[in-house]
Amino acid sequence: MTRMAATRDGYGQALLELADNAKVVVLEADLGKSTKSLHFRKAHPERTVSCGIGEQNMLLVGAGLAASGYIPFASTFAIFTERAFEQMRNGVARPNLAVHLCGSHGGTHTGTDGSSAQSIEDLAVFRTLPNVTVLHPCDDVSTRILTKQLAETGSPSYMRTARNKTPVLYDDVKEGTIQIGKGIELQTGSDVAIIACGVLVSEALKAADSLRNDGIEATVIDMHTIKPLDGKLIDRLVERCGALVTAEDHSVIGGLGSAVAEYLVENSLAPLEMVGVRDRFGESGQADEMLEIMNLSAPYIAKAAKKVCSRKE
Amino acid sequence: MLSKSITELEEIARKCRIEIVKMVYRAQAGHPGGSLSEIDLIAALYATRMRVRPSEPQWDDRDRFILSKGHASPGMYAVLAEMGFISHEDLKSYRVLGGVCQGHVDMKWCPGVDFSAGSLGMGLSFGMGCAVAARLDGSDRRAFVMIGDGEMQEGSVWEAAMAAAHHELGNLKVILDRNRIQNDDFCEEQMRMFDIPSKWRAFGWNVKEIDGHNMQEVMDGLDFLEAPENCNGPSILIAHTIKGGGISYMENNPAFHGAAPNDEQFKQAMIELGEVEA
Repeated sequence: MTRMAATRDGYGQALLELADNAKVVVLEADLGKSTKSLHFRKAHPERTVSCGIGEQNMLLVGAGLAASGYIPFASTFAIFTERAFEQMRNGVARPNLAVHLCGSHGGTHTGTDGSSAQSIEDLAVFRTLPNVTVLHPCDDVSTRILTKQLAETGSPSYMRTARNKTPVLYDDVKEGTIQIGKGIELQTGSDVAIIACGVLVSEALKAADSLRNDGIEATVIDMHTIKPLDGKLIDRLVERCGALVTAEDHSVIGGLGSAVAEYLVENSLAPLEMVGVRDRFGESGQADEMLEIMNLSAPYIAKAAKKVCSRKE
Repeated sequence: MLSKSITELEEIARKCRIEIVKMVYRAQAGHPGGSLSEIDLIAALYATRMRVRPSEPQWDDRDRFILSKGHASPGMYAVLAEMGFISHEDLKSYRVLGGVCQGHVDMKWCPGVDFSAGSLGMGLSFGMGCAVAARLDGSDRRAFVMIGDGEMQEGSVWEAAMAAAHHELGNLKVILDRNRIQNDDFCEEQMRMFDIPSKWRAFGWNVKEIDGHNMQEVMDGLDFLEAPENCNGPSILIAHTIKGGGISYMENNPAFHGAAPNDEQFKQAMIELGEVEA
């Protein structure tokens, strides 16, 4: 039976494992119980800074710490990281200070809290910032591994995690096989390539299963790093499949789909269909219900795959 | 504390004022008003208090100075040149492509600058981060942050004020350049701020008010910031200053928040500052 877990738990675990590095500090904005930085706080209160409900201050306290040789990991809900966007832009990204910002509860999958808590634009806004690496892992194992790698990059990052549980894909993987900037090929097929991130990676795998029944062989990619985008991988997918689908619990404006589209028009053209949030806000609902009403679940990915196949020359 | 007489400090500040006006005149752009209001404070701070090494600007255990009102960069550049972090020749690069003296102070461009400014309401939070880092390091280095009065209209200043007091950051020292003018007009017209000392006291800060152009009071104020009894938490020195202070036609004139003098005005400024004879 597939283990189920939330990516935010992988983040919390990674912080604990990073604690051996005395330069790692954790910043909280009253959501440590939710983002899972609380485990670090309990174990290392002296290296945890409560910033209260003040995200703007938190980002720049992080910048001051990073400028003083520390490696700060700051977290809040994805939606509230956006409140500190200009702090991230001017105070963190511009001087290239290695502050690692984690936005949990990203996407409509966040569920019953409703649209105010469902960030659908975080990947887009942080992707625009020079120097910033943007990640959106799909399970707790890869989140743990990638978070630990961030501590070594020396440049700032934004990582989105999710509130709710999804199937774990990497329980048996060796740490070194997951690397920032390298998409992971989960399944190989030559008719269409589905490039997914976050909670839609497991949906993409389900879609690939249903496509197989219809005689369509799909490659499935976990594109956990939105920026820098793994362009070499996309080149190979275009060559192999000649048609691509992106899938993300995020607006189609500016996220993974946009990043892939930008790459395609400048490099190797192939038809692309984007599964994502179509310029609208969500509402309260269970995670699986949200994927349905926002047209993000496996059947919608499969439908997009068939459509893009029909667009091939 | 480095020893400097009041007269010596006043002379340093006078030379810095000359450089400020020259920088803004050459660039025909920039912010002379806030540079002139802050200059006595920054000059005295660097000349007598800051534990820094101009030949080793990235020395780990240096005190930090964060000019949060980063548009008033000519004032800081003039002091950095006076201290030897940069040359007086470098001052000619103010607002010039590729120059170390960027329009707003920038830690990636200019030796001796610890914070990339340009967006108000950010420096105090950054200074808090530096102060937390010093505490974690077990170091007695301090973070000095200069903010403007208009800047206090940014809500994030108060997030930082609350957090710094909560964490009892006695190594965080703020100097408020209370020059009463912001970009568009007098602060009182843009956004009344009522009882500023009481606001900071209510947030848990040690507070002292001084005349920011009286060098003896400036030194007393810096003593206050450093006094052991005021290191139980963050402290703020509210320095009452005159926007454009030292140049008659700029004083208390909102037009010179962000405007350069013309040829005639430049000559007059140099005469008033004793750089050339009338």
